[in-house]
Amino acid sequence: MAKLIEVRFHGRGGQGAKTAAQLLAETALGGGMYIQAFPEYGPERAGAPMKAFTRISDEPINLHCGVTSPGVVVVIDSTIMESIDVAEGLGDEGILIVNTEEKPEAVRQKIKFNKGKVFTVNATQISLDILGRSMPNTPMLGALVKATGIIKVKDLEEKLKKKFLKKIGEKAVKGNIEAIERAYKEVESG
Amino acid sequence: MKDKLALTGNEAVAHAMRQINPDVLAAYPITPQTEIVMAFSRFVADGVVDTEMVPVESEHSAMSACVGASASGVRTMTATCSQGLALMWEIVYIASSLRLPIVMPVVNRALSAPINIHCDHSDSMGARDSGWIQIYCENGQEAYESTILAVRIAEEEKILLPVMVCLDGFITSHAVERIQLLEDKVVKDWVSERKTKYSLLDVENPLTYGPLHLQDYYFESKRQEAEAMRNAYSAIPKVVDKFEKLTGKRYDYLEEYKMDGAELAVLCLSSTYGTAKTAVDRLRAKGVKAGMVKLRFFRPFPAKEVVNALSKAKAVAILDRSDTFSNQGGPVFNEIRSAFYEKKDKPFIINHIYGLGGRDINVEDIEKVYTDLEEILKQKKVETLVNYLGVRE
Repeated sequence: MAKLIEVRFHGRGGQGAKTAAQLLAETALGGGMYIQAFPEYGPERAGAPMKAFTRISDEPINLHCGVTSPGVVVVIDSTIMESIDVAEGLGDEGILIVNTEEKPEAVRQKIKFNKGKVFTVNATQISLDILGRSMPNTPMLGALVKATGIIKVKDLEEKLKKKFLKKIGEKAVKGNIEAIERAYKEVESG
Repeated sequence: MKDKLALTGNEAVAHAMRQINPDVLAAYPITPQTEIVMAFSRFVADGVVDTEMVPVESEHSAMSACVGASASGVRTMTATCSQGLALMWEIVYIASSLRLPIVMPVVNRALSAPINIHCDHSDSMGARDSGWIQIYCENGQEAYESTILAVRIAEEEKILLPVMVCLDGFITSHAVERIQLLEDKVVKDWVSERKTKYSLLDVENPLTYGPLHLQDYYFESKRQEAEAMRNAYSAIPKVVDKFEKLTGKRYDYLEEYKMDGAELAVLCLSSTYGTAKTAVDRLRAKGVKAGMVKLRFFRPFPAKEVVNALSKAKAVAILDRSDTFSNQGGPVFNEIRSAFYEKKDKPFIINHIYGLGGRDINVEDIEKVYTDLEEILKQKKVETLVNYLGVRE
């Protein structure tokens, strides 16, 4: 039986959730996996809550429906948790990764999530420190790698370089790689 | 075969168009088709194709430009969907009536009102009687390959009809999937140069396109158009055979999944077929004799193949992603039910209309259709012929 991994990203329009979902998928593709990445298209506007999804499998993916029971949820903007149940559909083995300065235990209490594993990392601070602006999507991928091991940090960094070097330049690519590595180190579980 | 790429369905189609390198492309952007034209215009700007791109002011003009270009004898493409297809309507009929082999990806999207940008098949199903060939694609890979296949089908001497290559809006068009492209040269050789005996610009052999035919000849024109679609039905499998040699893949009229020994069968088009495979797997694991059929070509309608495939089952549900508002169910259902008329010992056949305006259809929804079919077999009668799946009532 194929092993299918489904990831849901929560962010706000403009925060790079779609890019993160796609970068994760493309990195997995480079490792020989079958992939899908797609955002949930609503009325698109900057700042509005949105979701993006990634499916990864070692066999062709036939499913073309939305992801309703993800194995992994990544919350790029923790303020979304006030209005949206980010843990919806997460099973007993579910992994929740949140961009926040708070500890995993505090997140658990706040959203009353008692299952699976919770990881937290202050990805916003990391991107502010390194990139000089809030772009938490790439450090969140660093945290995701640590929490799940779906892909390798090295592959992620190489894919990022290949995909974005032309677009954002060497300095920004280096910064993003540094942010990924720092988030990988700093992510806490509980 | 080249490397596996991560591409959206739209990007995959744009790559097919790049490799086809049509002489003329006239198009107007509309969500969710825009990305195709955007990506292709980049190929034009970068000089990787030598297509003359005509950025027109509407879809009506897009198809008009395509008609003119194609009548001159050159290979012509466009792409559209939804309101855009609705706006080009009168010229859509002219393209097929003039027997112009234009290839047009249609990124299926609902029709207004209410305004909606998401997937259903109302747009292309509305054009089902326009005389175009219609191919429905399950995923980005199929959309890519079908676009390449379509060129040879459209231009086949015995066919000479335009082709719509339909892919599901957003579900397929905007999802990044693993796509394997053919080598550029392989596609170039496959499509080669368009050869036509009927060029409007051939001054040595002058001819007329689109003259006035009244009571005297109009009927004969239409009779020939009907004959062209009959020819298409017998000629398409031969083109498909050649395409298989190129790609290793069969693009038959139908595809079956676990239909051997199936008592309950569901037939659908496009991306839903992929999701439904998982439903069939789950049901088979529980001992339910479930099977699936995917209809790839809706025009020409492969009546014989459909009847043969579905006759294996005792109860059948047809999934339609559009309605006809005739009180008789969706367009696919109507066609299939009619095809079964002469058949003795036919299965129970019901219709489920689903997914309008992009309403998600998941594995559980499809399992419910099989539950309905099981109940019909138990009761030995159909209570509700036309059902609406996944709607609030």
